[in-house]
Amino acid sequence: MAERFDAIVVGAGPAGSAAALALAREKVSTLLVERGRAAGVKNMFGGRIYAWPLFDLIPGWEKDCPVERFVTREHMVFLSGEASLALEFESPHLASGKAASFTALRPKFDEWLAKKAEAAGATLITGIRVDELLRDGGRVHGIVAGPDRVEADLVILAEGAMAPLAQQAGLAPDLTPAAVSVGVKETIEVPAPVLQERLGLGDRDGAAFVYAGDVSGGARGGGFLYTNKASVSLGLVVSSEDVSRKKLAVPEIMERFRMHPSVQRLIKGGKVLEYSAHLVPELGLGMRARYVANGVLVVGDAAGFLINNGYTFRGVDLAIASGMAAARAAVGARTHGDYSARGLSLYERHLRELNVLTDMETFRAAPGYLKNERLFTLYPRLLLEIAEKVYTVDGSGKPKLSEIVFEEAKGKAPLLKLLRDVIDGARSM
Amino acid sequence: MPSGTLRIIVCIKQVPKAQELQVDPKTQTLKRVGVPSEINPPDANALELALQIKDRQPAEIVVVSMGPTSFDESLERAVAMGADRAFLLTDRILGGSDTVPTAYALSETIRKIGGYDLILCGEETTDASTGHVGPGIAGHLDFPQITYISEIKIVDGKVRARRTAEDGTEWWETAMPCLLTVNFGCTKPRDPTLLGKIRVKRGGVIVHWSCADVGIDPNKVGLKNSPTIVAKVDTVHLPARARKVFQGEPREAVAQLLDALIEDGVVAL
Amino acid sequence: MTDAAHVVEDKSHFQGVWVFLEQRKGSLRDVSVQLIGEGRRIADKRRTTLTGVLQGHHVEAIARGAMGYGLDRVIIVDNPVLEIYRSRPYTNVMAHLIRKHKPEIVLFGASKNGRDLGGRLHAVLETGLAADCVKFDLDNEANLDMIRPSFGGKSLAHILCKRHRPQMASARRNVFLPPPHDATRTGEIVHETVELSAKDVDVELLEFTEFVREGGLRPEEAEIVVSGGYGLADAKNFVMLQELADLLRAAVTASRKAVDSGWMPKEFQVGQTGMTVRPKAYFAIGISGAVQHLAGMQESEKIIAINMDPKAAIFEIADYGIVGDLFKVVPELIRQLRERKEMKPQAAAVPAVAPS
Repeated sequence: MAERFDAIVVGAGPAGSAAALALAREKVSTLLVERGRAAGVKNMFGGRIYAWPLFDLIPGWEKDCPVERFVTREHMVFLSGEASLALEFESPHLASGKAASFTALRPKFDEWLAKKAEAAGATLITGIRVDELLRDGGRVHGIVAGPDRVEADLVILAEGAMAPLAQQAGLAPDLTPAAVSVGVKETIEVPAPVLQERLGLGDRDGAAFVYAGDVSGGARGGGFLYTNKASVSLGLVVSSEDVSRKKLAVPEIMERFRMHPSVQRLIKGGKVLEYSAHLVPELGLGMRARYVANGVLVVGDAAGFLINNGYTFRGVDLAIASGMAAARAAVGARTHGDYSARGLSLYERHLRELNVLTDMETFRAAPGYLKNERLFTLYPRLLLEIAEKVYTVDGSGKPKLSEIVFEEAKGKAPLLKLLRDVIDGARSM
Repeated sequence: MPSGTLRIIVCIKQVPKAQELQVDPKTQTLKRVGVPSEINPPDANALELALQIKDRQPAEIVVVSMGPTSFDESLERAVAMGADRAFLLTDRILGGSDTVPTAYALSETIRKIGGYDLILCGEETTDASTGHVGPGIAGHLDFPQITYISEIKIVDGKVRARRTAEDGTEWWETAMPCLLTVNFGCTKPRDPTLLGKIRVKRGGVIVHWSCADVGIDPNKVGLKNSPTIVAKVDTVHLPARARKVFQGEPREAVAQLLDALIEDGVVAL
Repeated sequence: MTDAAHVVEDKSHFQGVWVFLEQRKGSLRDVSVQLIGEGRRIADKRRTTLTGVLQGHHVEAIARGAMGYGLDRVIIVDNPVLEIYRSRPYTNVMAHLIRKHKPEIVLFGASKNGRDLGGRLHAVLETGLAADCVKFDLDNEANLDMIRPSFGGKSLAHILCKRHRPQMASARRNVFLPPPHDATRTGEIVHETVELSAKDVDVELLEFTEFVREGGLRPEEAEIVVSGGYGLADAKNFVMLQELADLLRAAVTASRKAVDSGWMPKEFQVGQTGMTVRPKAYFAIGISGAVQHLAGMQESEKIIAINMDPKAAIFEIADYGIVGDLFKVVPELIRQLRERKEMKPQAAAVPAVAPS
């Protein structure tokens, strides 16, 4: 019993399912293979999906997509000790049109997207792990799973951050601690009316929070909080290099973060429903060697398509867009019957057209910039100390704002360094 | 079917997963809905033995089951493991059947499939644990039967099976067609494969039959026509236990344990 | 039973309690003896006779011996074809006898052969068979109330076979106590012939290899049982349990997980799909206490649990427990037992338990 497909997509996360869906629509016979018992059960993310690629991929997606809440309000919060300083941005445009973003739960969202691929004609198989690529003199022509082999013209690797098959195929550098962050997340139950009351939200609206400063116990990283319908996704992304170097315990950092008054105010009384951890590749374009080879394309996290520029975390949208780009490249290759790296080379162009590569290039310096420790320790602390002084009216005589700033910064943040950091930040972010 | 292809029928049942046995307090019967299910483990062992025969020689494996349509989950798994086809006898009138109608109904289904050489069943189910249906089917079909086997060999067109008796191991031989029941745990059932799952996805491997399709007499199945009924269910009254846990280092704890056991008269030195 | 038109025959035609007597290598199986005792009790309650059915070749002496346990009558079917147990001829003989004599109740020992036979026979006769009963009663309509564990040992189900006859039931060994033997007891011995042909010899026994008894008591012979579970981690660690068992004059058994891992043979498995034991003391060592295991030992007089995990379910049903590393606790137990024995002035011989 031999089986053959035009294309095999490994991994039914957003990147894989998007690729499979786009391919199936173009009548490319596609096998979508997922190792989890259902799509999404092995996947984790912060909590928010930028919806822009869905408009092209699935017109009318809003009708049945399992959206938790549309994000209508953004927050940036600096923490130091027990204090916090927050910026809040609210605008009706945030949730409208192509700029829309929404919170989601991965098992539901991934399942939805995988089922769309199946409905379009892809053969979705779950509970099977792909062990190896079939290779013949530098050309990939199929996969091996357990005792079975399946041949294909093209294999699209959507296997996630660890990317074992991409590594096997020599398409990925080994992940070093510097290249990888650890993401941890708790889903905390907060009944919808309570959540809406605490945040002043309507029943379809949601809020997104990004936390900086004293969040990560001295390790470089940030926190986030997203509101789902009746729960909250609360988590941290921290540099795994710092975690090992400073001998930190991630659960303890997470605990301290969760106990911060500004976080407690939102989640108080909530039961932790789920705890998950995940690797997040962080070096952006610098990390990925290649994502095109003879008979192979790499998409999503496996290709390192993530952006963490300090105020937004993007992964799912880039994954979906890269899946679409891969499908376009595959269709192009089919017309010429050429699935070699050359025949697939339009993948890169499609990635640009869909602004995956472009955005990654724009923010390419961000990971490097975000390695600046002062951003995570000194500056947030300074900000909060300044804020403390500004907001303290205790009859002891109030200085001007500028005096406060200079007083606080003196000795702690040399002016030149500070200016430099501000300019670098503006440039890279 | 080319001659030389052994035709094996494996009877399977879908049961609640072992750790998940839950009793519905209202009906005093086993909860089956919403509880994770699995192929009855001894049946999975039987299927694995069939698959091992197929590894060694041309064979066709047909899986047969009787139950609600939710049993498709197990039939799909069986096909994904390597069985060729599956038949599910599913019909509301079968509800509440005890082992007599079950053995009858399965025998008729097997007769309808026809052309079999070897029938394999698990020794018993983990939910009902009677062990009656396999031998019951053999009785209806008037086949030779060998129960509690752990190993099968096909030698010169005959079946040899290793049976576990209380006092030793027996090797039996019989001609086909025949029926064997398979010991729980005698094999490690293989995982479903990718190609197997693709076959299942393509469809057409599982056929549903009603009693009318098979020609089963409605007056011989169902709760009404089952000789046995469960009149009532009591909770087990177990002796109350002291639950005394001895603390401290092993030396200390063991000393206290021995003191207690000697005092109870359980251990005599 | 049903007739050709599949109408259930009137149960008033059926009378008498029967016990299928299983013989092996010239003697009666202990479960058959135990069922004679229980059958006697039921027959007396029903004010009817108790008959044993014995198939085999040259089995008259066994029949006479069996009578002494409380039978009124033994029906013997003697035929070389029946010398060893085979499903088809034994089933055909039983079916013939039952159709001829119409007993009301037939009891089987739930040995491998007993279950093999009962399963085939009940389908052929189209009558009810309740498996692995632990108790019998009569309901107020004089139906046999057949009580068996269900749902993994958490409940007891009362099975009734109200319309069909005979009511058939099986019970495992050591569920019932053996009756006393009265060598002077006489009864009727009836020889019946049943037409058997070559076709009935449809299976051939090629070879039989007896299990080698490694030494050590068998579970049914011992008042104390030392049982090892998944925590033992290796076959060789059962040697340590045997050492403890020898000191306690106990038998060694195992949980299903230990048997599945290949550390002990299947016939030493305690649990729902293994054997049931009711010793004076049951040591559960490295056993978590899964429901299916408990079903096989929960009626032991005293249960002692040794496990690393304080939350293990076994502690719920233990009288005494030690939370700790069994690889430290068991050697300590062995050491202290030896020490205490040495300190005793005279180790008095404890009479061996008489095998039933």
